Amino acid sequence: MQNYLDFEKPISDLETKIHELRTLAGEDESVDTSEEISRLENRARDAMTDIYSRLNPWQKTQVARHPARPHFSNYASALFTEFTPLAGDRKFSEDAAIQAGFARFQGAPVAVIGQEKGHDTKSRIKHNFGSARPEGYRKAIRIMEMADRFGLPVITLVDTAGAYPGVGAEERGQAEAIARSTETCLNLKVPLISVVIGEGGSGGAIAIATGNRVYMLEHSIYSVISPEGAASILWRDSARARDAATQMKITAQDLIQFGIIDGIINEPIGGAHRDPDAVITRTGETISKALEDLSALGPDALRKDRREKFLKIGRSLS
Amino acid sequence: MNWITNYVRPKINSMLGRREVPENLWIKCPETGEMVFHNDLVENHYVIPASGYHMKMSATDRLKFIFDDGAYELLPSPKVAQDPLKFRDSKKYTDRLKEYRAKTGKDDTIVAGYGKVHGVPLIACVHDFGFMGGSLGIAAGEAIVQAFLAAIERKVPLVMFPASGGARMQEGTLSLMQLPRTTVAVEMLKEAGLPYIVVLTNPTTGGVSASYAMLGDIQLAEPGAEIGFAGKRVIEQTIREKLPEGFQTSEYLLEHGMVDMVVHRHDLPLTIARLISMLMKKPPIAAAEVETAGVEQLAAPANGGEPVPLPAAN
Repeated sequence: MQNYLDFEKPISDLETKIHELRTLAGEDESVDTSEEISRLENRARDAMTDIYSRLNPWQKTQVARHPARPHFSNYASALFTEFTPLAGDRKFSEDAAIQAGFARFQGAPVAVIGQEKGHDTKSRIKHNFGSARPEGYRKAIRIMEMADRFGLPVITLVDTAGAYPGVGAEERGQAEAIARSTETCLNLKVPLISVVIGEGGSGGAIAIATGNRVYMLEHSIYSVISPEGAASILWRDSARARDAATQMKITAQDLIQFGIIDGIINEPIGGAHRDPDAVITRTGETISKALEDLSALGPDALRKDRREKFLKIGRSLS
Repeated sequence: MNWITNYVRPKINSMLGRREVPENLWIKCPETGEMVFHNDLVENHYVIPASGYHMKMSATDRLKFIFDDGAYELLPSPKVAQDPLKFRDSKKYTDRLKEYRAKTGKDDTIVAGYGKVHGVPLIACVHDFGFMGGSLGIAAGEAIVQAFLAAIERKVPLVMFPASGGARMQEGTLSLMQLPRTTVAVEMLKEAGLPYIVVLTNPTTGGVSASYAMLGDIQLAEPGAEIGFAGKRVIEQTIREKLPEGFQTSEYLLEHGMVDMVVHRHDLPLTIARLISMLMKKPPIAAAEVETAGVEQLAAPANGGEPVPLPAAN
């Protein structure tokens, strides 16, 4: 059963009708519903195209958080071979909110790091809904440093509402872990490609998204604070999240204008969750192209390229 | 209140360059409730004499306090985009900026100065919490980057005094980008072989704590400062429990191995100067310097808004 978002009502109405007609046709073979079904299918497709061509920032936020949206593990298994996740920060514990390890991308070894949100109650709890504690970032640092030592490119897939706000996380230095992880990104002498596949939630995202190239999926978001958080601070009303989402310019389409990201990966009509294979393939193509573009740069040039890219952000805005 | 007091006065104030005079001559200690005469507080560098509570300090007061004889060269504040998002919540962001500029007499939250601390030359970079809660946006980020570049150019260490609620929401993801941007600057200073000292002051939270404020070679903290990544309210809502006593204070962080030392404000200049001298293999701070630079000596230039010109290099 498809999980519809509230603004998808016209689509859900049509698809429900199609489903009913199909059931009817199955029960009574004398009724020919094929013409009606194909007419409704066209209308559903048109409605979907129409709605998804003009999603507002708040609707995009909902699509970015859609439970059926492909998550890290979907990308890890489809884009890479031999993905071998590694565990632990060697200081305190393992943190399954961040997955990190080595894999082969189109045959070549790479490091892969990203937040995993989980797909059902059990896995969501295991991965803490994709909100990492300091250990997750320290594991990411460990893998990035290893990749650097062995000259392997790093690919990060960003999907988190934010770093976990908990007592233990604070005690063990959440802020420091995020700062060090960002620092590690900036020091790498290997290519670092980042793709925001769902939610790019503030510090918890930037900690692994400080790449030579940063891409966003068409309906993903990347924000300094969640729309709900901003609304509760700025308007003292978390119900104003929709306004906050609009005001803060968190969509890929806005952020490319500001020079914060390097490209947008188109999603299938109806969002990534309606055709995960298509969006994962496109993401792979984008990563492949980016790695090829960076292949001419030596170790020092790669680091310099990344640092200059970030220093430049915002300087030409007026 | 009518519209004149709400809207016109700040602009007139800024045109005349007038500063707000504290209405209350008596300040209440937030900890003990004790009433302290304003001038006594200023003389004691905003530390409540009896309780030792460290009050917030404006960036200008901080710079005058930290540098020998209150003398420093003010670094220029870089020109940046003012409101790229055309942001508006209950009021327009550009109006907020105007108000805070009128109120504080500063362009934005970061004020940086070059001077000497017990004879040790350094650049100090200070957040003015009074300017939109010390929030980090494009202007602050660029000012920090420029301060680090100036330190590298002059071959002097940088001392950072964060006081900030975090990133500035009104600049959206551009403010988030100041985390990596400032981190690039920190890395450049470190690669130039120059020390980077952070003095965490009340409060240091959010995006500021998750970048340059936690990347010091040495992390000092003023007593009782609130330091953390996530806000207390957010944590309480997430875990649905009461927070432990003293959670997210300097002392709590010290206990958890997250800062090197908790240092009384009055002891900061000497601690900083000594640490830098050792890291830079310079001779010890002369005993004469230490004696003459006591708190009583430093108390004199704490008033007024403008920096005292730096005496010619010797």
